[in-house]
Amino acid sequence: MAGTAVRGRLSWQTATVGSVMDETARVRTLRLEVPDWFGPSAGQHRAGQHVDIRLTADDGYQAERAYSIASAPGEPLAITVERLDDGEVSPYLTEQVRTGDQLEVRGPIGGYFVWEPGSGSGGPLLLAAGGSGVVPLRAILRERSRTGNSVPVRLLYSSRSFQDVIYSSEFDSPPEGVKVIYTLTRSQPRMWQGYARRVDEQMLAEVAWPAADRPLAYVCGPTSFVESVAAGLVKLGYPAGRVKTERFGATGG
Amino acid sequence: MSPVSRGFRRKREAAPADRVPPGQYVTKDFPVLSAGPTPHTPLTQWSFSITGGSETKTWTWEEFRALPTEQVTTDIHCVTRWSKLDTMWEGVSLDVLLGAVEYDARYVLAFSDGGYTTNMPVADLLGGKAWVAYGYGGGPLGAEHGGPARLLVPHLYFWKSAKWVRGLRLREVDEPGFWENYGYHIYGDPWREQRYAGD
Repeated sequence: MAGTAVRGRLSWQTATVGSVMDETARVRTLRLEVPDWFGPSAGQHRAGQHVDIRLTADDGYQAERAYSIASAPGEPLAITVERLDDGEVSPYLTEQVRTGDQLEVRGPIGGYFVWEPGSGSGGPLLLAAGGSGVVPLRAILRERSRTGNSVPVRLLYSSRSFQDVIYSSEFDSPPEGVKVIYTLTRSQPRMWQGYARRVDEQMLAEVAWPAADRPLAYVCGPTSFVESVAAGLVKLGYPAGRVKTERFGATGG
Repeated sequence: MSPVSRGFRRKREAAPADRVPPGQYVTKDFPVLSAGPTPHTPLTQWSFSITGGSETKTWTWEEFRALPTEQVTTDIHCVTRWSKLDTMWEGVSLDVLLGAVEYDARYVLAFSDGGYTTNMPVADLLGGKAWVAYGYGGGPLGAEHGGPARLLVPHLYFWKSAKWVRGLRLREVDEPGFWENYGYHIYGDPWREQRYAGD
């Protein structure tokens, strides 16, 4: 199988929070300093992969969660976390943690929902994100820029509102060959001219590359979003094998 | 020794340690995780096959549904750390299905619509431990959860319970399946936290 990456044991490494940056009221990007991340045994991550994060309380209690890597390979490791109010780990990472705090990380993990130059054999890329599902897709866009790749990209990004858009400063001036199309499902700014509904077949027909272009699609978001987008793309003629999905359950945090 | 994450506190109630494996938390939802679009195979085109034995055995949907069925209430554990307790299933025991075939193989590779595969020892499918489930919570198993039928091997991490399962290939050697090829554990025992290769 292409892209097979079975390595030795993934060990936990201590990470120090290098910087925190608020993306939205509920979403924060953490840069993590991991001394061995770039070491010879660590293995470079690939755009689209995730890491496991482990927190330890002073009474020894531990909690682990998986988070998509927001940074491109070769960049300092960063994760972007959305706060889930009834969660245990995400409220800590989005509200309490500050520069210099320590946690543990292991990874990178996952070898299917990844992109690197050459993935897709020349066809254009369709990226479809629901909410914080944009995180691994942002890593893909950064990797495309970092490597000087010129594959044409359309990113269809569904958010609840304008204020919920993550990475808006990056997406406001996308690199050449990248087009970002928003849909705002719950509320829109005055004078909003873009889409204002959940992604549906009509929107996909307007936004997605024609199947004849042999596009490769990456779809990430909540289950209902991924189900409808992936099914819509198959209906438009995308072979199922060219629609890679990553789903966030309604739980976790 | 893990470093303390300053200010981090337990918020969830402690999970019962005899029910919930280490590193897992209990959810009441039923999250969906799959690598691609959900396939929708019409029942008229559906079949379940066991290959690699003395001869290939195939059941149509009607033949499969005519087999003796069992009601199963069990806990399931996903490698992404959620566990769901007391889930209720209806299905055909693998003891019945494998009992219809003569074989010497020690391993199987389960295969599904959409190209998904996953591997396990035959022994893990025998002895009342595994089913091909077509019912969930008193109704038919929804497509997003693997319907019309999925493997149910609840004592292993749930990626082993292949959705949209269409059959088993009996194998002499333990051949890694889809996630196992991408760095997940070859066996996947949640009680030993066998999440990734080498765990």
